[in-house]
Amino acid sequence: MSESSKKDKLSEDKKVIRCIVCPTGCEITAENVDGEVKIIGFGCKRGEEYAKEELFEPKRIVTATMRVEDGFLPIIPVRTEKPIPKELVFEIIKELSSIKVKAPIKVGDILVENIHNLEVNVISSRDMPIKT
Amino acid sequence: MDYDVIIIGGGVTGCCIARTLSLYDLKICLLEKEADIASGTTKANSGIIHAGYAADRKYVKRKFCIHGNKLFDLAHKELNFPFKRTGTLVVALEERQIKDLVYKRNYGTEDGVPGLEIIIDKNRIKRMEPQLTDKVIAVLHAPSGGIVSPYELTFALAENAHMNGVEFFREHEVIGINKIVAGFEVETKPKKFTSRIVINAAGLFAAEVSRMAGADTFEIYPRRGEYILFDKGLIHLNKVLFPMPTRLSKGILASPTIHGHVFIGPNADNILDIEDISTTTRGLKEIISGGVMLVPNLPLNAAIRNFAGLRAVSNTMDFIIEATEMVGFVNVAGILSPGLTSTFAIAEEVVRILIEDLGEELKEKEKYNPYRPKPEHLSDFTKMKLNQKIKENQAWGRIICRCETIPEAEIVDSIRRPVGATAIDGVKFRCRAGMGRCQGGFCMPRVMEILSRELNIPYDEVTKRGKGSHYLVNKVLCIELTEDSKESEEVAEK
Amino acid sequence: MKSLDVDIAVIGAGSAGLGAAIEAKKQGMDVLILERNDELGGITLQCIHNGFGLKIFKEDLTGPEYIQRFIDEAKELKIPYKLDTMVIEITEDKEIYAVNKKEGLLRIKAKAIILSMGCREKTRGAINIPGFRPAGMYTAGQAQRFVNIEGYIPGKTFVILGSGDIGMIMARRLTWLGCEVKAVVEIKSYVSGLIRNQVQCLEDYNIPLILNHTITKIHGKERVEGVTISSVDQNWDRIVDSDQYIECDSILLSVGLVPENELTTKAGAELSNNGGPIVDDNLETIMDGIFACGNVLQVHDLVDNVSEEAKRAGKNAAIYVKERYGKEQIKKDHIKIIPGINVGYVKPDYVNFSNLENLLHFHLRVKEPDRDVIIVIKEVNKIIYQRVRSFVIPSEMIEVRTKFKPEVISPNCRELKIEVLPVSLLEVLDEVG
Repeated sequence: MSESSKKDKLSEDKKVIRCIVCPTGCEITAENVDGEVKIIGFGCKRGEEYAKEELFEPKRIVTATMRVEDGFLPIIPVRTEKPIPKELVFEIIKELSSIKVKAPIKVGDILVENIHNLEVNVISSRDMPIKT
Repeated sequence: MDYDVIIIGGGVTGCCIARTLSLYDLKICLLEKEADIASGTTKANSGIIHAGYAADRKYVKRKFCIHGNKLFDLAHKELNFPFKRTGTLVVALEERQIKDLVYKRNYGTEDGVPGLEIIIDKNRIKRMEPQLTDKVIAVLHAPSGGIVSPYELTFALAENAHMNGVEFFREHEVIGINKIVAGFEVETKPKKFTSRIVINAAGLFAAEVSRMAGADTFEIYPRRGEYILFDKGLIHLNKVLFPMPTRLSKGILASPTIHGHVFIGPNADNILDIEDISTTTRGLKEIISGGVMLVPNLPLNAAIRNFAGLRAVSNTMDFIIEATEMVGFVNVAGILSPGLTSTFAIAEEVVRILIEDLGEELKEKEKYNPYRPKPEHLSDFTKMKLNQKIKENQAWGRIICRCETIPEAEIVDSIRRPVGATAIDGVKFRCRAGMGRCQGGFCMPRVMEILSRELNIPYDEVTKRGKGSHYLVNKVLCIELTEDSKESEEVAEK
Repeated sequence: MKSLDVDIAVIGAGSAGLGAAIEAKKQGMDVLILERNDELGGITLQCIHNGFGLKIFKEDLTGPEYIQRFIDEAKELKIPYKLDTMVIEITEDKEIYAVNKKEGLLRIKAKAIILSMGCREKTRGAINIPGFRPAGMYTAGQAQRFVNIEGYIPGKTFVILGSGDIGMIMARRLTWLGCEVKAVVEIKSYVSGLIRNQVQCLEDYNIPLILNHTITKIHGKERVEGVTISSVDQNWDRIVDSDQYIECDSILLSVGLVPENELTTKAGAELSNNGGPIVDDNLETIMDGIFACGNVLQVHDLVDNVSEEAKRAGKNAAIYVKERYGKEQIKKDHIKIIPGINVGYVKPDYVNFSNLENLLHFHLRVKEPDRDVIIVIKEVNKIIYQRVRSFVIPSEMIEVRTKFKPEVISPNCRELKIEVLPVSLLEVLDEVG
């Protein structure tokens, strides 16, 4: 991301982000001091990283369900292995709901490889035995 | 003629008339507009069997109540519904109220109410009902008063009537009644029926039905009563507790239920909408403040349900049980409290009207069976019996409702019984699955599964109580596809 | 009737039961798990969102992933379990009666019992919402089961009452699935659930959070058609003329959880004001050898904390079986822990005198949110523990871990009080004292 677009996102001089890394919920402030972005108020390193990412490139882990054939249950919970860009969340969920996978499945099995060319796999969140 | 008798309305009154007439050689059917019987006033009332001292002597309902109370013992033996003579107490909290207790006792005793007694010994009162407020000054004890499950009584009546040949049509709302030669044509949404005699037991809709038949003689006004039900085990009441009555109602009472809960209510709200069974903030506050006057220790934070019921009040303030000028059309209307207590007496009166006023020659059936078997409940079993039942039928070993410990077998039975459940509420009121403290939170999806299987309908067609009361009105993640994608696209674009 | 003898019977195979069973098994116990559902895992299985395991595994897992690890471990340890098995009674002498389809009625004689039945959601009746009773009202967890396990979406437009965690998480889940969540309505002046859920589930999707409001009427006779919401004053009474109508076809209730303790009371154990059984620092109820852990004891914010508590219960139950079972029970030498200023409840309710020098875990919730507070434990007026916190809120459980040196507490101490005081108040007290 270029410097100028960074500045666009910080058009106001100050932006407050509530940290969600852990339940403490620190209020992290990003301040624009003479063109330099200063981040203060974080309680830990992960919080600082989160705040930076949230400012410039917000990402989320997507959790969803996919349809299962022959499964103990009709659907299986899945997740993206890594966080993906926030603006793609709806699209990914839509894509996942249209795919049917076949039981048996083990937790961690890759169900969709490289979804949306994001270099992120979609993996199973649980074991799914065959319907008996 | 399709039938000798058509009964309109599947509340306790209609079902009791059906059952009582099923003794005779008549072809009878009952029409109910809702998805289930016992869906109106019957479902949400106090469930109290009154001793009979309360109503003014000028009303016929007093006579019906006192007589009806006595008919419960035999009916209970025959029909096996939950019923208990707990005794009732009218509670005086001020000296000046004792005069009224004396009045009630004297006239009540004179009219045949058994065992009425005024008690002023506080220790004795507290022994009878330890939860009663310390402010009590005197009580009127009526040992013949008691409690019943009004809807289970109604199911028992309907099942027994069905065993004796009465046909039941639910979701058959009457929309017109035409006089034809020697009888009536009764029009319902799905189809038309013809009958020699029509009995109008339509409760809140009785005036409307009567008008359809051209017997336009009375009005029915809805009076709403709200209730709060408390969780089991936190408080126990021995007796039904009445405050001293007000002009509109007997006041906010506190009562045990036949299944071990405690409830308070009802208030008395004259309303306009004949279907408005909503509860109100004001009403709930009113019954709480009334309830704690009698029972200060009410576990107010352990309420599991609030609900409201409508009483059908006629413009005469009394029961209207009579043959009309439309020969063959009988009104049984304005059955408000003590209507439940009076139910068997009312049905007797209908028989009298048929014989004396309509000149029917009623002949008893050869094969009448007055007994309705008691539904089997896990809670009534010993451990050995339960073990035996599971060996015979595995469905006894699969507990569906955790709060009330209801196994699959009881749910299946409530669906397969004559005039059985067709929706979630029907199951709930027949076998108590979903009636407990979680109010179906855990078991509802499983009860839906069983209903879907037993009735052979899709899972998402299962309803709460018929008509439009579907639980699942959106889409199916695991089956549908294209619709899903379209809609998410729209949202994504927003 | 089939009879069984075990060292430890664990009731419930959710995160608490599995955690406790695994630890007890590792301590060499003969363990049996009884589960009423048709699979191991409990409610965590339907919590398909992430945010689990940060504390225990230092990973961000989904609920099913988190619980799968415990299921796998229980299976590796070959801990026997019975599914579709409902406990219907626990007697005071630790006999358990349970039923299932295949075996009928079972009698299980256990040396120790671990209660881990979890909690259930408060319903509409518990909060007395007026209005009609149409179809279309669900507890948040019920909706979660429909959507995440059964594969059905119950409605199209939702209003959520209460800002509990499950409600907020369902708000996001439903939004993702194309439903419209019109509002989350909260009677209190602050959110009931975790802040991260407020941010990630509501703010991310511009779902309005309406504080100091409640539903004052439900519309629709057959199916929900809408709700009236009104603002409330400090006493939660409706403010006149503040009504607004919101159209929706479904209502989710996320108004709190209550420990599920019907079996507990049947077994003779008493409950305290939070709805969970009274326990000592071994997590043992007042009934010898009956232990409790997880949400049946106190409703936790994080499953990680449930697992930690479960581990302690499993360990202590094993110690009981090894050291105390079958021996004459010595009279317990207890110190009562009393919730004081701004403490809603505290667990444990008692501490064994002999355990004072061990690491003790106290869990408490404040009654009201506050800033700049000090958490103190006092013997009469002597402060024997204190810790400063910048922010406390009822939705976040406070954990206090500490040991007490023997000289700190007088030998005839019978109770300790735990309080959450504004730092300023403490200064005043100091001056007076």
